[in-house]
Amino acid sequence: MKKLTSLVLAIVVAAMMLATPAMAGKTLKLAMDADPVSLDPHVQLSGGMLQYSHMVFDPLVRWTKDGGFEPRLAERWETIGPLVTRFYLRKGVKFHSGNEFTAEDVVFTLNRLKQSDDFKGLFTAFGDAVATDKYVVDLVTTEPYGLVLSMATYIFPMDKAFYSGTDPKNDKPKDLILKTDYSFANYNESGTGPFKVTSREQGVKTVFTRFADYWDKNTGNIDEIVLTPISEAPTRVAALLSGDVDFIMPVPPNDLERVGNTDGIKLVTMSGSRIITFQLNQKRRPEFANPKVRLAMAYAYNNVGVAKKIMKGFATPAAQNSPKGYQGYNPDLQPRYDLAKAKQLMKEAGYENGFTCTMIAPNNRYVNDEKISQAFVSMMSKIGIKISLKTMPKAQYWDQFDAQVADIQMIGWHSDTEDSANFFEYLYMCPNKETGKGQYNSGNYCNPEVDKLTMASNTETNMEKRKAMLQQIEAILYADAAFIPLHWQNLSWASKTGMNTEDIVNVMNFPYFGNLVIK
Amino acid sequence: MFAFTIKRIAQAVLVMLIISMIGFSIKSAFGDPVRELVGERVTPEERAQIRDQLGLNDPFLVQYGRFLKNAVHGDLGRSFFFKKPVTEVIVSKAPATLELVFCASLIVICLSVPLGMYSAIHPKRFFSRVIMGGSIVGVSIPVFLTAILLIYIFSVELKWLPSFGRGETVTLFGWWDSGMLTKDGLLHLIMPSIALSSIMLPLFIRLIRSEMMEVLESEYVKYAWAKGLKPSRVWLVHAFKNTLLPVITVGGVQLGIMVAFTILTETVFQWQGMGSMFIESVERADTALMVSYIVVVGFIFVLVNTFVDLIYGLVNPTVRVAGRK
Repeated sequence: MKKLTSLVLAIVVAAMMLATPAMAGKTLKLAMDADPVSLDPHVQLSGGMLQYSHMVFDPLVRWTKDGGFEPRLAERWETIGPLVTRFYLRKGVKFHSGNEFTAEDVVFTLNRLKQSDDFKGLFTAFGDAVATDKYVVDLVTTEPYGLVLSMATYIFPMDKAFYSGTDPKNDKPKDLILKTDYSFANYNESGTGPFKVTSREQGVKTVFTRFADYWDKNTGNIDEIVLTPISEAPTRVAALLSGDVDFIMPVPPNDLERVGNTDGIKLVTMSGSRIITFQLNQKRRPEFANPKVRLAMAYAYNNVGVAKKIMKGFATPAAQNSPKGYQGYNPDLQPRYDLAKAKQLMKEAGYENGFTCTMIAPNNRYVNDEKISQAFVSMMSKIGIKISLKTMPKAQYWDQFDAQVADIQMIGWHSDTEDSANFFEYLYMCPNKETGKGQYNSGNYCNPEVDKLTMASNTETNMEKRKAMLQQIEAILYADAAFIPLHWQNLSWASKTGMNTEDIVNVMNFPYFGNLVIK
Repeated sequence: MFAFTIKRIAQAVLVMLIISMIGFSIKSAFGDPVRELVGERVTPEERAQIRDQLGLNDPFLVQYGRFLKNAVHGDLGRSFFFKKPVTEVIVSKAPATLELVFCASLIVICLSVPLGMYSAIHPKRFFSRVIMGGSIVGVSIPVFLTAILLIYIFSVELKWLPSFGRGETVTLFGWWDSGMLTKDGLLHLIMPSIALSSIMLPLFIRLIRSEMMEVLESEYVKYAWAKGLKPSRVWLVHAFKNTLLPVITVGGVQLGIMVAFTILTETVFQWQGMGSMFIESVERADTALMVSYIVVVGFIFVLVNTFVDLIYGLVNPTVRVAGRK
């Protein structure tokens, strides 16, 4: 009987849903390749989580399109001494729970960030935050640090009152950070952001509703965002072309032309800041310890051709790590492709007849990663280097990468701090287990000069001096051919026309959906 | 019959043990789940610590033993990605897959029986040749291609049907999310069902046709004709009924294969069922979920096959006699 009642009820509800017209207000149907893994912004440091944080939380400051900083929850800031930056917070800001936002929430959030496995590495330079007033907070670093503002873009204040106490569901503190299990923060949120999460079925659908009390009234006009993850690229494109969704990201390179040529659809692309590289392991191969061989390989790789042909113009050929706009970007460094010179260098190095080596690359991590690697292999064969290539899914790749199982390994890197020093610290400083420097330096490139300059740049607060240091490091890496740079992956978004898509997207790929306007 | 049933069940349990063992032993080949749980910046030491907490560093037999012990209590582990018990995740995804399989089976049954019968009775007619020709094409096009073609024709070009997902669903009995009770949900069902049935349909048409042609040649059908029975009675009662037996056996096996093909169909249509869940769990190295899917699907296979054997025994008693020996 009970079953019958619920069946009848279901049918009535279904009929009602069919009969009710669409609700008023603007809804954005958004399809991305993945959805946030959790509602807890500190559970993982990834692009998806930061995109989520910008919708539901709000940072102290955020990046502008030209690489500057824009006040958000911090109205203004000033440096008071070499170690202290003072942030004056916006008054009258409400959390989704209704609690008022104060300096205590910032202190709470920073402490929590320092507990998070993923974020604590970024905040090692930071000591405790100090709330000097209800709306004033001091961020204190342990040594002079030039990137305080960059790091403040990662501080998305969380509601201290909301996340305090014990959760009756699992008898654990509400602010506990758990990666694999139920936790209060994984399933509940209270931020100050433009949108609240009103329903969520992980991996299927998440509904964000405009927060009525959002402090910033001069923003977009979206009342609701329905986010559907569509991992298959052709399906994502089809969903946009058929009008089932309004906005997709990313657009696969193969469909760029088609999407761009469709009436009623707007394609926005931009050069990205993730550099793709090959590392040459000098410890495994004496040949790679010879700078001439590395240079020869850099000369033999045609990155302009790959960007044009394989990436279909959807990549910017690179000769260094830092993309344009980064402090370390060195305009003198240009892609080099000269097969004759490469052969000459191989001869000089004494490897005229070439040699054989191994290589690994992922096949589902970066755009066209497998194809690029194959192109690399065939280009190297022209200077006599025979490479046996093995590609694998990313789930298996990183352990192999860490174990340095091959002579040449692929890695792409996006700087978390939007700053060049991050590349050098992780990819080129001499590997050191204790300090964690050079953690992803599987080329085992080691140059004391690079180490010294990188460390010095971290504590340099004079930005002009710092810029010169970072550019110098890029020049050294280029001259040494410390690695083979390929390109920066471009970014892409496509939406229906009548939206200010180009204004809300940025090189970090955190679209500011709060600012989206649908005409 | 009782002994036969018990024997079949014992066999089924053994097969399940082997399936779980294989599933469990290959899981490490799919990568390290911790890598998917943390950002790239987390140090190896911290990762090792997380692995320790999750019990991933224990020797294989310890892990497998723990898995079996918990499995007996109905606990297949926790999904790292969904942060929930895997049984809960699979149960929540099952309705989507089952509805899809149901609709696809319906298409297969409703079309293969008349088409197969027609082309068996009139093998030389033009329409029969069209059916047979079409079925060759159907068998040779892979499911994902059919699916993408459907999407491009009916969603992108004609804009008749929705391109992805399940649409509006209604919750029944508190846990079954059904897409079959709303217009939107039904519209979403059409293309995935057709795509999924596209492999089975030609196969069944050919199977029914060849079986039936054989039966039509048999003595008792000739005798039925000689008795002067109506054609409809000869075809339906005398001939078709006797083609059913092999069709049921093959059907049981094919149902299992259909579950496997849901992986492709669901992925292309972003259909949130067990198939796309499995592919995603492989990509995320969500090993507990992966192994459980293999075990659950293995269980369905075993269940269907056991069931088919038992039905077979009912339909054709000689099998039962053979089983008794």
